[in-house]
Amino acid sequence: MHPISDPNQLQEIAREIRLDIVEMLYRAGSGHVGGSLSATDVLVALFFSHMHLMPGNACYPDRDYFVLSKGHAAPVLYAILARLGYFPREELMTLRQFGSNLQGHPDSKCTPGVEVPTGSLGQGLSVANGLALALKLDKKAQRVYALLGDGEIQEGQIWEAAMTAAHYGLDNLTAILDRNRLQIDGRTREVMSVEPLAAKWQAFGWHTVEVDGHAIPEVLAALKACGEVKGRPGMIIAHTTKGKGVSIFEDQVKFHGVTPTTEEYQQAVKELQSMSR
Amino acid sequence: MGTLPETVQFPAKESTRVEYGKALAQLGEEYPGIVVLDADLSGSTQTNRFAKAFRDRFFNVGIAEQDMMGTAAGLALGGKIPFASTFAIFATGRAWEQIRQTIAYGNLNVKIVASHGGITVGEDGGSHQSVEDFALMRVLPNMAVLVPADGPETRAMVRWAAAYEGPVYIRTSRIPFPVIHAEDFTFELGQSHILREGGDVTLAGIGLMVHQCLAAADLLAKQGIAARVLNLSSLKPLDWQLVVDSARRTGCLVTAEEHLATGGLGSAVSEVLSEFYPVPLRRVGLKDTFGMSGKAEELLKHFGLTAEDIARAATAVRARKGRP
Repeated sequence: MHPISDPNQLQEIAREIRLDIVEMLYRAGSGHVGGSLSATDVLVALFFSHMHLMPGNACYPDRDYFVLSKGHAAPVLYAILARLGYFPREELMTLRQFGSNLQGHPDSKCTPGVEVPTGSLGQGLSVANGLALALKLDKKAQRVYALLGDGEIQEGQIWEAAMTAAHYGLDNLTAILDRNRLQIDGRTREVMSVEPLAAKWQAFGWHTVEVDGHAIPEVLAALKACGEVKGRPGMIIAHTTKGKGVSIFEDQVKFHGVTPTTEEYQQAVKELQSMSR
Repeated sequence: MGTLPETVQFPAKESTRVEYGKALAQLGEEYPGIVVLDADLSGSTQTNRFAKAFRDRFFNVGIAEQDMMGTAAGLALGGKIPFASTFAIFATGRAWEQIRQTIAYGNLNVKIVASHGGITVGEDGGSHQSVEDFALMRVLPNMAVLVPADGPETRAMVRWAAAYEGPVYIRTSRIPFPVIHAEDFTFELGQSHILREGGDVTLAGIGLMVHQCLAAADLLAKQGIAARVLNLSSLKPLDWQLVVDSARRTGCLVTAEEHLATGGLGSAVSEVLSEFYPVPLRRVGLKDTFGMSGKAEELLKHFGLTAEDIARAATAVRARKGRP
């Protein structure tokens, strides 16, 4: 059934997606755990409750578009796309392997449901703008969503795109910023300060809201509100915890791009399983 | 080809950037899907002609080339046929990785038509003179790299690009230069043409060096040397069969380009020759140097990109024919 409105059901999906992410990454032996788990609740809310999609048909012509600008969070996107029935769940376990449809970073040529090739940071928002412009030209009601990382916005191109979206009044675009406060080299405030975040996006002409990125009802309310704003793009700053859902991964810089050992994997699975209702 | 005149005469001159602008404005009627992007240089790139005719299908992104390439990619994903234009150095240098990550890697239907290629930009100087763009675009998988030799070829190429599905880079020039093709010229990807037949040496040019090659062939004819002249406007994919055929028939080649002698046409031709039919080659191009301010003609002379330079290279390369 799609869309799902029951927050408890969405939370359960998020738990299962987290289990998939942990298993995929453990098997792959490399990949990005922390930033996949931090974005899980936001993306589950978006894909399973908010976006206009047709499960089982990644090419549904009237679909909303999603751009994973923080491409290293590919595991969470893949787990969601599999669950939407765009490809078999078993394929998740081929992540990063030779010949797999699931490349280390999203490749639209290989994976049903991946709209844009990303991975090099800072570029997805521009592409989302282009999609939003095309939809406006064609007077289509579909919307465009983009997920950005909080480290990613250190790239200058993000701010070029921020200007473009506001200049062209792209109210059919909602961007979500995964504010997990960590990047590879450490805390964002230590590597390169990004605050004040909301004030920056507001100053660039965006309708900006802040939410707890793990509170699914809050995320859904923000997505709905951004969809109703006219003449301006929407920015949802989602405050999250990197590695959310597994105590040993949470807020740990190390788990940006390091996969769990066997013991860590077993503990993670145990924790996520015990969260079941 | 018919009989070619003993002395090359170029009755008309056209600017490839102006012809691009005109062609685009014309194609806008035919292709409702064409949208055009520019980064605050629409007067120079001539996309303002399209902007005037199709106001709602023109997007100026301001001075933000990286954003322009990403936006163009998004428009292509949304089913449009985006043409993105700025100066060649900013298109290919400033936004190279954006072109790579989204347009080339994604194999998206974006046409990058960059004006002001090469040193004939002139007075603006080295900062604005792209002498690296062939190399930068040629290394990208999926990317077609094209350089028209005159107005008719520009019009044909732009028309072809609008119909072709996939990423394309086209370089145009600031200054007007001679028309060498007939008005009804048509372009085909990877298919190049012999402009003048001759058995002693091949002069393979690209862009505004093609007419210089024709003038060089004329100079050589006066010395009793018959030169075959090629227009290798399809730099990638290169018409390698024509290159090999020319090597076989004339035994030596000269390439001529308004670009560094490394990474562009000279390199592409030497790759083909060394793998398939090694013969002596001379590359006319800039030698590991940047451009500088000056009039276009002064710069062409300074950097050794004139008909006389090509003719000299031809004489030199002929002397190496058949030697180990």
